[in-house]
Amino acid sequence: MKATILVRPKPGILDPQGEAVQSSLRQLGFAVDEARVGRVIDLELADADADAARAELERACEQLLANPLIESYEIAVER
Amino acid sequence: MNRPRIAVVTFPGSNDDRDAALALERLGAEPTLVWHAEPELPDVGGVVLPGGFSYGDYLRCGAIARFAPVLEAVRRFAEDGGLVLGICNGFQVLCEAGLLPGVLRPNASLEFVCRDVALRLERADTPFTSRGEAGQTLTIPIKHGEGCYFADEELLDELERDGQVVLRYEQNPNGSVSAIAGVTNRGGNVFGLMPHPEHAVDPLLGSTDGALLLGSLVDAARERELTAA
Repeated sequence: MKATILVRPKPGILDPQGEAVQSSLRQLGFAVDEARVGRVIDLELADADADAARAELERACEQLLANPLIESYEIAVER
Repeated sequence: MNRPRIAVVTFPGSNDDRDAALALERLGAEPTLVWHAEPELPDVGGVVLPGGFSYGDYLRCGAIARFAPVLEAVRRFAEDGGLVLGICNGFQVLCEAGLLPGVLRPNASLEFVCRDVALRLERADTPFTSRGEAGQTLTIPIKHGEGCYFADEELLDELERDGQVVLRYEQNPNGSVSAIAGVTNRGGNVFGLMPHPEHAVDPLLGSTDGALLLGSLVDAARERELTAA
């Protein structure tokens, strides 16, 4: 089973990387008002049960993959 | 005077562990290097988590190091009131481990900053600053790409109210909230800072203000050992 986790800087948190990306895109002529840069984590799971996998990933995000002070996360499990 | 033992933890990727040990030795301590895989700490009066790039700083700075076996021992040591100092990467590790409040993020400039900075010492009544005076200015170098301290408004209010902000930049070099350069935990026995006091203990290198912080730790560790004995 495959899963993808998206980690994003929470709204209101300064994202200097996003600002740098936005300013570069504007310099290239793209009309971008805002850019925020997060992280994608693709996982290959041994688990066969999607609900169990989701619960596990929830713990993985809380413990390691995201810092809840500054980041939000989304879990997508492919059935 | 006896030399208090102070552990300096070496993670894979630490690079200021030997400088920290050398500085502590010069200031009257007996430093002992402890490898990250050790499940226990030796009998010590204090612990230093040094600067560097533990485990490559993958994912987020300090995020992986917090699972090192020695960190569990450091956590128990801190819970018993033991003195723990985190410098730069060590500060990041302590924040990720939840032993200190807040988190360190990429500098607002996205640039690595490496220079001496002026710091205001907010509190001299901690085990890490007792040799100083509140309000005095210290010059100590910083060298980091991810030293932008962040705490949300609620946490920040709490830190200011409880006097947990110990060091502040006089000119904010990295976008830290309230120009915070160093904070303690609520108990005051765990302290983290981005500047490198171990690089400011010899006049040859410009400033000796780092000795004020590390020397305070040596004093406090000695006192703690004497009390324990």
